[in-house]
Amino acid sequence: MCLAVPGKVLDIEERDGTRLATVDFGGVVKEVCLEYLPDLRVGEYAIVHVGFALQRLDEESARQTLELFTELGMLQEEFGDPWEAAAGTGATHVAEEARK
Amino acid sequence: MKYIDEFQDPALARRLLDEIHATVTRPWALMEVCGGQTHSIIRHGIDQLLPEQVELIHGPGCPVCVTPLEVIDKALEIASRPEVIFCSFGDMLRVPGTGRDLFQVRGEGGDVRVVYSPLDALRIAQQNPDRQVVFFGIGFETTAPPNAMTVHQARKLGIRNFSLLVSHVRVPPAIEAIMRSPSCRVQGFLAAGHVCTVMGMDEYPELAERHRVPIVVTGFEPLDILEGVRRTVAQLERGEHTVDNAYPRAVRAEGNPAARAMLEDVFEVTDRAWRGIGVIPDSGWRLSAKYREYDAESRFAVDGIRTCEPAECRSGEVLQGLLKPHECEVFGTRCTPRTPLGATMVSSEGACAAYYLYRRLDITPAAREASPVA
Ligand code: SF4
Repeated sequence: MCLAVPGKVLDIEERDGTRLATVDFGGVVKEVCLEYLPDLRVGEYAIVHVGFALQRLDEESARQTLELFTELGMLQEEFGDPWEAAAGTGATHVAEEARK
Repeated sequence: MKYIDEFQDPALARRLLDEIHATVTRPWALMEVCGGQTHSIIRHGIDQLLPEQVELIHGPGCPVCVTPLEVIDKALEIASRPEVIFCSFGDMLRVPGTGRDLFQVRGEGGDVRVVYSPLDALRIAQQNPDRQVVFFGIGFETTAPPNAMTVHQARKLGIRNFSLLVSHVRVPPAIEAIMRSPSCRVQGFLAAGHVCTVMGMDEYPELAERHRVPIVVTGFEPLDILEGVRRTVAQLERGEHTVDNAYPRAVRAEGNPAARAMLEDVFEVTDRAWRGIGVIPDSGWRLSAKYREYDAESRFAVDGIRTCEPAECRSGEVLQGLLKPHECEVFGTRCTPRTPLGATMVSSEGACAAYYLYRRLDITPAAREASPVA
């Protein structure tokens, strides 16, 4: 949960007076609030935590981090099915499975 | 050097390690504050690659682990009510309360939902105007601003069937408490990178000066951690104690000013209990007067809860760096991620889980016998 994941902004829109973006996290696409990073542009990368962009990141660092997270199964842990994880073996095992 | 090939840039890792080995002349104990860093360290065997004189002590930086049992029990009680939709991040589902967890509450018919973002919980509230939607607001300075924004939005949009069960904690008072403890051995801190992404670094110089302890802001990828260790050890060897930023690509000195402003508006600093550790003054946030109507604790009047911690669990000592997880008597036997006795075994950032997940094959009873109790 404390994990902040870098993602790439695909598009930006305003809803209920709030700036929202569609962000791609290595294949998983989520809606992200831009209120804390209002001048982020389409095509840029940012560190995103629980649906909020917190800081810009350069493309190269973002790409490397995403690769590492995928390798460690951390993206699976962040975006996978939490009920399945909790039902079986505790969240940590999802990462273990993902690495196999 | 069994893990080094797995590093993203093994050559750079090698260089950093060589430099650390060349710099160290005597023993140093460093604490990594963030649970994500702990996992990275254990997963990559960084502690085993470092010179013997450099000891990494795991800190209390797992928000799931430090959420007090009393708050978990309040969450379980609120989530059991028929009028409530209880929303949480996935990692809270299996955290044991007194006798059960959120997963079981759902099995008993409670409407427990997992959300990716607190804004998802707000949307659920908009879609279910006849229900009460409660979001479990835990986490450090990285998670508090998203939750603050959500409460701010609820107020702005006039959504009244939404509330927050707040148990946010702050890192600097925890560092202060660790340094004040008579049993403290920590000589340098690897500060949590993403906390500083939000808060910047200006809370640290005073701490570093008063306790004469270097504080190096550190990311959690393996190379980031090596760089954090390198800089901390270099300071210690030179007799310095300053605040340094080893994670500049994600941390600016001022942090994220918009997020900090929202935090200050929605929350106010309060004393908080940390699971296994006890109350640390000024170490948490609660809703400020302006937003108090969104406080789930008063909305659902969940006072007078009786909690009961399993006596065998020593996670309090683990969280303070006084005990390594595998030194706990029931580690890997009566306590596993399937049958967790403490939150540190169930959380994806917990220290006990990290040892169980990545080290259990190394840990034989004989190794446990031989292990020095810190
Ligand atoms: S191994 Fe289990 S019982 Fe022991 S300290 Fe960790 S969580 Fe508690």
